[in-house]
Amino acid sequence: MSFILEILRYFKTRKKYWLAPIFLVLLLLGWLFVAAQGSVVAPFIYTLF
Amino acid sequence: MYILGISAYYHDSAAALINENEILYAAQEERFTRIKHDASFPINSIKFCLKEQKISLRQVDYIVFYEKPFLKFERLLETYLSFAPKGFQSFKLAIPIWLKEKLFLKKTLIDNLKKICNDDNLVKKIKFSEHHLSHSASAFFPSPFESSAILTMDGVGEWTTTSMAFGNKNKLDIIKEIHFPDSIGLLYSAFTYFAGFKVNSGEYKLMGLAPYGSPKYKKLILDNLIDIKDDGSFRLDQSYFNYCVGLTMTSKKFNKLFNASPRKASEPLTEFQMDLAASIQSVIEEIVIKLAKNAKKELSVNNLCLSGGVALNCVANGILVKNKIFKNIWIQPASGDSGGALGAALAYIHLGLKLRRKIQKTDSMKNALLGPKYNQNEILKQLRSLNANFLTLKTDELIDKTSNALKKGKAVGWFQGRMEFGPRALGNRSILADPRSPKMQRELNLKIKFRESFRPFAPAILLEKVNDWFELSSESPYMLLVSKILSNKRVFVNNSKKAIGLKKLNFQYSKVPAITHVDYSARIQTVSKDTNPFFYKLTKSFYRKTRCPILVNTSFNVRGEPIVNSVEDAFNCFINTNIDVLVIGNCYLEKNQQNIKPNINYLNQFELD
Repeated sequence: MSFILEILRYFKTRKKYWLAPIFLVLLLLGWLFVAAQGSVVAPFIYTLF
Repeated sequence: MYILGISAYYHDSAAALINENEILYAAQEERFTRIKHDASFPINSIKFCLKEQKISLRQVDYIVFYEKPFLKFERLLETYLSFAPKGFQSFKLAIPIWLKEKLFLKKTLIDNLKKICNDDNLVKKIKFSEHHLSHSASAFFPSPFESSAILTMDGVGEWTTTSMAFGNKNKLDIIKEIHFPDSIGLLYSAFTYFAGFKVNSGEYKLMGLAPYGSPKYKKLILDNLIDIKDDGSFRLDQSYFNYCVGLTMTSKKFNKLFNASPRKASEPLTEFQMDLAASIQSVIEEIVIKLAKNAKKELSVNNLCLSGGVALNCVANGILVKNKIFKNIWIQPASGDSGGALGAALAYIHLGLKLRRKIQKTDSMKNALLGPKYNQNEILKQLRSLNANFLTLKTDELIDKTSNALKKGKAVGWFQGRMEFGPRALGNRSILADPRSPKMQRELNLKIKFRESFRPFAPAILLEKVNDWFELSSESPYMLLVSKILSNKRVFVNNSKKAIGLKKLNFQYSKVPAITHVDYSARIQTVSKDTNPFFYKLTKSFYRKTRCPILVNTSFNVRGEPIVNSVEDAFNCFINTNIDVLVIGNCYLEKNQQNIKPNINYLNQFELD
């Protein structure tokens, strides 16, 4: 719950509402990867991520 | 009031504890876990800070993380969107980590902090700073300046890669920013990668390699890769890079431009890599100078503070000092992400809570000696449990015996007081040696540090003697300025100018060859009575015996190993390398008096950096 509140606060502060649907789609897509992978490996250029 | 700063999950995680009056303690997690650049939650560093102050986590009022995860995620998504469908491979790798850990950072932090203490107020206590604000705060608030310009330059934080700020008393305003993907940190890392070194750790090697080459590719870089404006702002041509979408730093177009491929770590270094290193070094220096000139023009102040990974480029720092754009320059010794932990805490206390700042005459970093220390009883107990053979000496006798050993050409492991915070060993966790020996640089590199023969060593010099030996006119207590040795201390050899590449190593360049690089430069640490009295005493004793006020000072570790933290770490490093003498507290150990067999796998436990 606190995460949702924080993310809403973030959208309000940054005024990037257009990012919200993309955020949602990417989250769903991302979760699919997580479910498929099981474990995660840090990418090579970890400083960027 | 106590504030705990944390940096973690990218590289060099660390914790720092401050109160309203001073910086109390700070340490990097790698020193405890023995994993170089460890990015994990800094549980050991936090435990150390709390234990040393004799408080529990409940007594900490605020816990500040050094950057904002949502902003970083925003950058990630927008970058993927702008390059889509390119970058799918990278997206597939990055997103799961974010969804499992980084996006829910507050929860991750709470879960980890609960392992230390089950405090119900953790949710309210946790705050977030911005990456470059943390860097700016770490540069300005501990500095000796009431007001100052502040420049931060690194790879990337949330969006910002370079910032200019103005600090006055306890206020700090960010004036200008350059955003991702335009980044001099990433540009330098791209060349680090192309030269065959590891990104985020091999940048020092590239800097050390530069004097062996000539900047013959500078024009090519300026004509194609980067557009630098007069105010120091810049734009990179992204078609030459791959870091936005791929798993490498450079693109095929970059290879084509230089008519080469990235060097593999197993391949030998050639003049090509040396010339590349010299060229990119020259470009970085040009940008740093222009940024500083612009900051001076826009802010009209006499002082400059620097932080961010690029501020560890001490060659560029030295040129900045030499150019005298600012009257005074102060550089945060923990300029990388570990220093972000300290900056986050300082930003919150002065900018969030608006508490007044106490300005110290030199600075507030306590000479960066903010890590763990061991008292003589603990040292004795640990050495006995390690079956070490040692003498316990009075201080004067210890100094005398150690300086004699140094004079005889012995390599000495020197372990005293609090461990340094930041990447440099400043005389508390150091390997010391006589700089006058022509063999010393090679011996230290190959037999003690087990690293590349081209890498230079730094001098620690008595502050009052620095003007007699180097062109440097200011103090350099944190080994962050490079300067040339004075001409009357140089040794001129006719053939040295004709030598190319690593053959330059075959010549002696000064009366102190072990610390003089092939271009007569040295990364200087000035040692003063006020900042590190014990190390000063040793250097002075060596000076009295030899008339040389300089010691070779390199970090107490082997290649790929974090600097030693505990007595046991120091003893293991001593036993498994060719260090001749180990001095821990008042205990004096000689290698030939030890009965312990070296561990043949010692080096293998540390990943190559």
